[in-house]
Amino acid sequence: MTLTPQDKQNQDEGNETGRWASLIGGGAMVLMGLRQRSLRGALTAIAGGTLAYKAATDKGGIGEALGMDKTIKVEKTVTINKPADELYRFWRKLDNLPHFMKHLKSVTVIDDKRSHWVANAPMGATVEWDADIIEERENEFISWASVEGADVDNSGFVRFKKAPGDRGTEVKVVMEYAPPGGAVTSAIAKLFGEEPEQQIGDELRRFKMLMEAGEIATTEGQPKGS
Amino acid sequence: MKAVCWHGTNDVRVDTVPDPKIINPRDAIIKITSTAICGSDLHLYDGYNPTMKSGDILGHEFMGEVVELGSAVKNVKIGDRVVVPFTISCGSCFFCNRDLWSLCDNSNPNAWMVEKIMGYSPSGLFGYSHLTGGYAGGQAEYARVPFADVGLFKIPDGLTDDQVLFLTDILPTGYMAAENCDIKPGDTVAVWGCGPVGQFGIKSAYMLGAERVIAIDRVPERLKMAQEQSKAEVINYEEVDAGEALKEMTGGRGPDSCMDAVGMEAHGTGLEGFYDQAKQALRLETDRPTALRQAIVACRKGGTVSVPGVYTGFIDKVPMGAFMNKGLTMKTGQTHVHRYFRPLLERIQNGEIDPSYVITHRLKLEEAPHAYEIFKHKKDNCIKVVLKPQS
Repeated sequence: MTLTPQDKQNQDEGNETGRWASLIGGGAMVLMGLRQRSLRGALTAIAGGTLAYKAATDKGGIGEALGMDKTIKVEKTVTINKPADELYRFWRKLDNLPHFMKHLKSVTVIDDKRSHWVANAPMGATVEWDADIIEERENEFISWASVEGADVDNSGFVRFKKAPGDRGTEVKVVMEYAPPGGAVTSAIAKLFGEEPEQQIGDELRRFKMLMEAGEIATTEGQPKGS
Repeated sequence: MKAVCWHGTNDVRVDTVPDPKIINPRDAIIKITSTAICGSDLHLYDGYNPTMKSGDILGHEFMGEVVELGSAVKNVKIGDRVVVPFTISCGSCFFCNRDLWSLCDNSNPNAWMVEKIMGYSPSGLFGYSHLTGGYAGGQAEYARVPFADVGLFKIPDGLTDDQVLFLTDILPTGYMAAENCDIKPGDTVAVWGCGPVGQFGIKSAYMLGAERVIAIDRVPERLKMAQEQSKAEVINYEEVDAGEALKEMTGGRGPDSCMDAVGMEAHGTGLEGFYDQAKQALRLETDRPTALRQAIVACRKGGTVSVPGVYTGFIDKVPMGAFMNKGLTMKTGQTHVHRYFRPLLERIQNGEIDPSYVITHRLKLEEAPHAYEIFKHKKDNCIKVVLKPQS
């Protein structure tokens, strides 16, 4: 049997989707493997197959609509001395997230898939968005993406993976977000910090503190001289 | 309350500040009865840590009485007399579980700062700059102790503050430094620096079976203390070349292990001393490693270099060729205080060691500015100052 060009393309896309799935589940740097691809596209492709993947990679698809060159991508991993199911349960209850994500004001669960997020922005302002869970695998993986009309378009996943040698659980967060253009851009940039890597790293560190030590180390409120 | 606050290079003041309060469930508040000034506090006093902020409360060697407890602390009672390890440790992370308490993952809220310099952050420390968490220190009337359920050690009746205060830092630091020397029967250990950590390093080296300990310093009363209290042999490096003297004293073979109990502000002599002073002044080098260089070169082939002395940044002209070609091992780290508390308390209880011999000055908290001054300049034979905030 000879493959038509269309068959060939479908097969390549299938391979590509499989490659991403293994990339996201594996031990390597996810963002390095993704290169210029949209994370949202990859996550959708894994969850829903090649059609969604096509939408993400076609010219004029989501990537372009977001202005891919302006998106910020972050990847951070932390190892937590707790079993995956315990960590997953805490995280999956999305209204827990503001406990350790400093910039979040609230997360309201609307239904199984959808939630409403409110984050603090500079000068007392807030930004809001709805997000859908794209895919979830119990005790392993949650991926999400904001829906249309979000103040800050964002997508990402969190992965819980047993660390080698029974040394706890590796928790990886990969995120992509696209600040909107115009006047709010700089405010959004500040919201996520000058260094997004550090910001996400700090959120994960606080998650680890909360899970391992039962509280988040702080010096806020302690005395000092004038 | 009254607290010793850092306001800039060579500028500490006793300020009136708000009393500390419980912030997290695992916190405790301690009413401080004794608190010491550490040699490492002088690195802050001398302005070598850029992450100090005006108003920061100093001090990491303190003990006292529990006056308030967070809701999650169940194993300590109000009124308990306790010593506080200078390292802040959560007791539940990978490192705490492996008895590596000073490497705790969860106690430094400013870990991101350290990660930029060191890759990964060690534990938070009391009163020791914002790099190690910015925690208010214990040269004060009261202090907040985080993770108090694992960070307070109850003191049995019948022991004085002077006997147990140094379990907070310098006694376990000297002991761990001696352990890091990997001492075998018959060994000779050379110790650079006869400050309090060096003194306890010398004593511990003998406790761990060293045949000989040779102490190196330039301050006569410190050498005398090493000689009289621990029967160390001594070298005054301003009178003789320490390296040559060590070679002669060890039959041309060199000491089996060398301890750098000096750290980042070593005083070099001659051209080398000038080089490091100049580079450090211009911030081209953060730390002056004279003692470390000498220790590496003086150590016998296949020996061990132990580094309890504090370094925070970068050093120049490390004799890496000597280190590599002589097959040396280096062991170091902030002290895992929690690990050593019980065994060292036992040694104090059974009379093997009474650490109070290093104390030369007992002063009021209000006298802290004077205390820093005499300690820094080694005036009035000052070796160790203990402040008494409640007197």
